[in-house]
Amino acid sequence: MDISITEYKRCDVVKANGRIDSSTAPQLEEALNSIIEAGRYKIVFDMSDVTFMSSKGWWVLIETQKKCKRYKRGEIILVKVNPNIRDSLNLVGMGSYFQMFDDLTAAVGSF
Amino acid sequence: MTLRLQLAASNVYTALMSTLRLPGRFESLPKIGEFVVKAARAAGLDERAVYAVELAVDEACSNIIDHAYGGEGIGDLECEVSWQEDKLIIILRDFGKPFDPEAIPDPKIGVSIDELKPRGVGFFLMKKMMDEIRYSYTPESGNTLTMIKQKLST
Repeated sequence: MDISITEYKRCDVVKANGRIDSSTAPQLEEALNSIIEAGRYKIVFDMSDVTFMSSKGWWVLIETQKKCKRYKRGEIILVKVNPNIRDSLNLVGMGSYFQMFDDLTAAVGSF
Repeated sequence: MTLRLQLAASNVYTALMSTLRLPGRFESLPKIGEFVVKAARAAGLDERAVYAVELAVDEACSNIIDHAYGGEGIGDLECEVSWQEDKLIIILRDFGKPFDPEAIPDPKIGVSIDELKPRGVGFFLMKKMMDEIRYSYTPESGNTLTMIKQKLST
């Protein structure tokens, strides 16, 4: 899995590809934490190339959402979530904790 | 990986069976994923069902490493796949601690984000993704988890 972070004025865009499971979730966690530790709490996660995500990956997103939303200082927004991933997130009720967009520009523009 | 063809004389269907054994490490998960995806496609499951199987197996293997073995590199994961005309059967074996499926709570749905707990999410997903799950334990053969996905199921 490769992860890139692009810093924009309004927010940071994180992009990952491939499979997010117990072996790769720690990499995603590290990338997201590096943004939060830099005092930036508005994050767009571009999931257009993420093909698989297990519950370990979701927990990384949940923990990030908790940190971002604290003191209403920001949020993590998900973009282009694969329908299989979205269905399984919704199945355990976790989809409701995230705004999901189909368009990256619209997601960035929402901040 | 061993692949063998079983031809049952009394059965018009051909049951194919294949087994993969890998170290109980998280880096084994993509290989097991690839293995079951291939089997699920060969069994003729649709792509939605293929993903469901991949997710259920990934959650099960991750739980085995985390809970049955209590960490990476303690013991092996064995995954056996077989399929028949109407279903895919996956059997996962490990030699870690036994567990009580009844004791695993379903995750809470609709609570505030701060009340969410990770416990039980993987097992809940396995039950939702598969049509049937059976678990058994014997000191000789360890933990055996059998998961079945029917074709054309929702």
